[in-house]
Amino acid sequence: MQCALLIYNNESTWKASWDSEAMQKTAAAYKAFTEALKASGAYLSSQGLGAPDTATTVRVRQGKPQVLNGPYADAKEQLGGIYILEVPDLDAALAWAARCPSAELGVVEVRPVWGQ
Amino acid sequence: MTEIDAIARRSYGKLVAFLAARTRDVAEAEDALSEAFAKALEVWPRDGVPRNPEAWLLTVARRRVIDMQRRQRRAESLEWLESVADDHDIPDQRLALMFTCAHPAIEAPIRAPLMLQVVLGLDATMIASAFLMAPATMGQRLVRAKTKIRQAGIPFRIPDREELPDRLDTVLDAIYAAFGESWTDGGRRDLSEEAVFLGRLVVELLPDQPEALGLLALMLHVDARRAARRSSTGEYVPLAEQDVTLWNAREIDEAEALLERASTLGAIGRYQLEGAVQSAHVHRCRTNEDNWADVVELYDALYAMSESPVVAINRALAIAAQRGAPSGLDILRALAGDRRLAEYQPYWAALAELLAQTGVHHEARRAYDIAIGLERDPAVRDFLRQRQERMAR
Repeated sequence: MQCALLIYNNESTWKASWDSEAMQKTAAAYKAFTEALKASGAYLSSQGLGAPDTATTVRVRQGKPQVLNGPYADAKEQLGGIYILEVPDLDAALAWAARCPSAELGVVEVRPVWGQ
Repeated sequence: MTEIDAIARRSYGKLVAFLAARTRDVAEAEDALSEAFAKALEVWPRDGVPRNPEAWLLTVARRRVIDMQRRQRRAESLEWLESVADDHDIPDQRLALMFTCAHPAIEAPIRAPLMLQVVLGLDATMIASAFLMAPATMGQRLVRAKTKIRQAGIPFRIPDREELPDRLDTVLDAIYAAFGESWTDGGRRDLSEEAVFLGRLVVELLPDQPEALGLLALMLHVDARRAARRSSTGEYVPLAEQDVTLWNAREIDEAEALLERASTLGAIGRYQLEGAVQSAHVHRCRTNEDNWADVVELYDALYAMSESPVVAINRALAIAAQRGAPSGLDILRALAGDRRLAEYQPYWAALAELLAQTGVHHEARRAYDIAIGLERDPAVRDFLRQRQERMAR
């Protein structure tokens, strides 16, 4: 089955660690995580997203577009990236989620990819 | 731990075993008990903990089971339950209950969670987290296992003398699964305390089973080094660099005494051997006496017994320590085709280490990356990253 890992980072800790040694550690940990996923054959794709303050939201209500600055959800944790994995079952996806560096810093949401 | 939690841990399994032994309906007994505990939480803080909390809980739960059976027009244990006196002395059938939970008819992966729930009363959500499983999935699997106990008529009894050693193995394996993969020598696991409690319970109720003694010794040895596995700033400290004064000497002494007693009972087994490996590590670190040859011998015996790839990795590391990294590396390379190891972190960590020691830096770097990527514990990730960087210089 295909599963998505939706990575939510805590905005304040994420920003505070920018350009610091902690950030380098996180980057190295992500590189290793991706490498391990590829070696096991579970990796399908991944993308990291720009910071939430670069986000713009669009709604269309009664035919009228509304465009706003900033991310949709006003939450401490913000979507920062996504992995798509090929795994035998949910348990395997959860094992990968627990190894994801952001599991320590934020939250990793596991969702099956729809329509398989 | 609150007083009610402590009572739950001591009494839960006894009460489940007592209530369900006739009907084999574990779920019904648990429902009744959860109501009894809810009532205790309401009444005890107000009126004080009763003199005999177990009997109090049994009375409430027993009445609840009687209600349920009457309502469903079942009478499996009605007459008997009604005849039980309120101050009934509750026999300790927890060992029989453990054999039920670890029965061969129950799927192996659910035996440990089932035992933690039914014997200790841990809730499914907590167990699910510890085993990295979705709470809903864990809940369903536990329900299915309990249905199986009832429908398949799995008995609540301690197996006969001939059957006992084999059946005891499944109980010990489930306890060890709850303890976690002590192989990695990582940090504290969520359920280690519960597993040690269950291990003690088996030893208390079956004092002459050498493997039960061996398992408890193994768990105590691993547990004894817990405080030394982290520096004051939270960094991971490998065995060879640990401050031995931080080890729990009382637990080590107890483990040594258990191994000693096991060795007089004349049947060697996996857990005694693994306990002996830990004992050898302790001796070496305390005295600086090279005993890797002994460790290799113990792993040879373990490997002959199980041919497990996990044992093979540890054997390779011991051989590397005894005869040099290339000898260990040859063994690890021979394991490379084993699919079971593709996502097994200790394999990649061991491979990285021995590759680095033999100067194969390019391959070592990739193996470190995979080991780091497979590791859940941030402290161990940092440790491996430092090893990787040190090699680059």
